[in-house]
Amino acid sequence: MALASSLDPYVDRASPIHALDARVKLALTLALVLALALVPPGRWLALAAIAALLWWAVLRSAVGPGRILRRAFITAPFALAALTLTVTRPGAPLIALSLGPLALTVTDAGLVAFVAVILKTWLSVQAALLLMATSRFTEVLGALRSLGLPAMLVAMLGFAYRYLFVLVDEAERLLRARESRAAALPGRRAGGSIAWRAGVLGSMVGTLFLRTYERSERIHAAMLSRGYSGEWRSLPARPLSAGEQGLLITGAALLAAIVWLAHWR
Amino acid sequence: MSTSLGPCLHPSPSVSPPPPLLELREVRYAYPDGTLALRGVSLRLAQGEKVALVGLNGAGKSTLLLHLNGVLRSTSGAVLVEGAPVSTATLRHIRARVGLLFQDPDDQLFSPTVFDDVAFGPLHMGMAEAEVRARVSRALEQVGMSGVERRMPHHLSLGQRKRVALATVLVMDPVLLALDEPSAGLDPRARRGLIALLRALPQAMLVATHDLAMVAEVFPRVIVLHEGQVAYDGPGAPLLADTALLEQYGL
Repeated sequence: MALASSLDPYVDRASPIHALDARVKLALTLALVLALALVPPGRWLALAAIAALLWWAVLRSAVGPGRILRRAFITAPFALAALTLTVTRPGAPLIALSLGPLALTVTDAGLVAFVAVILKTWLSVQAALLLMATSRFTEVLGALRSLGLPAMLVAMLGFAYRYLFVLVDEAERLLRARESRAAALPGRRAGGSIAWRAGVLGSMVGTLFLRTYERSERIHAAMLSRGYSGEWRSLPARPLSAGEQGLLITGAALLAAIVWLAHWR
Repeated sequence: MSTSLGPCLHPSPSVSPPPPLLELREVRYAYPDGTLALRGVSLRLAQGEKVALVGLNGAGKSTLLLHLNGVLRSTSGAVLVEGAPVSTATLRHIRARVGLLFQDPDDQLFSPTVFDDVAFGPLHMGMAEAEVRARVSRALEQVGMSGVERRMPHHLSLGQRKRVALATVLVMDPVLLALDEPSAGLDPRARRGLIALLRALPQAMLVATHDLAMVAEVFPRVIVLHEGQVAYDGPGAPLLADTALLEQYGL
């Protein structure tokens, strides 16, 4: 929720990137992430070339490069999992560490692999952030459908997005109701035991689950009332214009060329 | 609003053809947990007739509305729409004729955008793209919500969501509207707008509500549901003037 709605303010801005069809943006984003994954470690020039393409788009997006670059660090803790690469990859030893009985050797190849993983993750997340900051969620859903994701899966993502906010509101109301009654009398210890408080929280989660479950039944009834019979229908998407197709092909070709050069030159 | 009061509970035998728009014959319904919600409800609605359904919470109003398009199926008795009984065979046809509006617009509006939601009914009725788009803009215009097509339902106010929810039903061009508490939770201005809209709509409607002031303004005929049975069915004015009777039904 926090991440999804924190990008909302930028979705309505005007820029060439915002105006671009979400299908083109989604396809190019996926191509860029794939290209990043395919660049072998140590090919810094190739990474720089991909980063240049991405940052060129970021600069034109009216979202603000600082914002995208900073937010992309959100996944940094996960990338730290790649830290083990520094000591497991065979290569020329750089630093020898001894942690008690453990003798760890940081190798040059390991260090290169680690830095490559960090950079690739950071750039991939930037690409995804750029996509979400310049496209409405529903446009991305439509793009996923166009790329061949089954209609039912797209519909489920749509429901998740629609009801995420309703669910958060409901949870907030429950929490507020608890806060309002969590009073204290002077001279008495308030708040109850940890176990009691955990019990209260547990029954709140249970209440939320039951409400959600009942809501899902009402939603289903509302769908049936409007003719739903198990087959999901949506309007066909308009075909991509020649310009959009050209951009898509150019972008994909550039990325493919970078990957090819990184491998064989 | 020149509608006659229409046939009441026991019409004279001479009024046979054509079949009434809606007829309920001794409809009984028990929820799976055994609660008897409807205990033999019979009523008739004529074309274009606007009827309010009032009664306490738990009297069976919502349950009754859910029977009109077959979301719930009666344990015994029959529901007939334009003379055709609600059954598995007629279900899809009847759902195009009866527009059911749920009380909570967050239940009714399940799509990520307003356009997707209003288009849901026409799309699932198998209409072509141009027709779907035309109907969606007409329905949104009817409820005074043009221009919000790309918005998320979550970003609309309750009054706006209620209007859009009504559009999702109107877009299917039903002959009968079954509305559950359309004025509940609206601020005075939104409520005025709703009342004007209900008065202007040509369709027959059965509207469950607690809003007696709205009943007086919009509905010539009132049905009081009390503990799953019809306790009163007739013109609204004498009922609303009879304090003792209102007290008796908890209104």
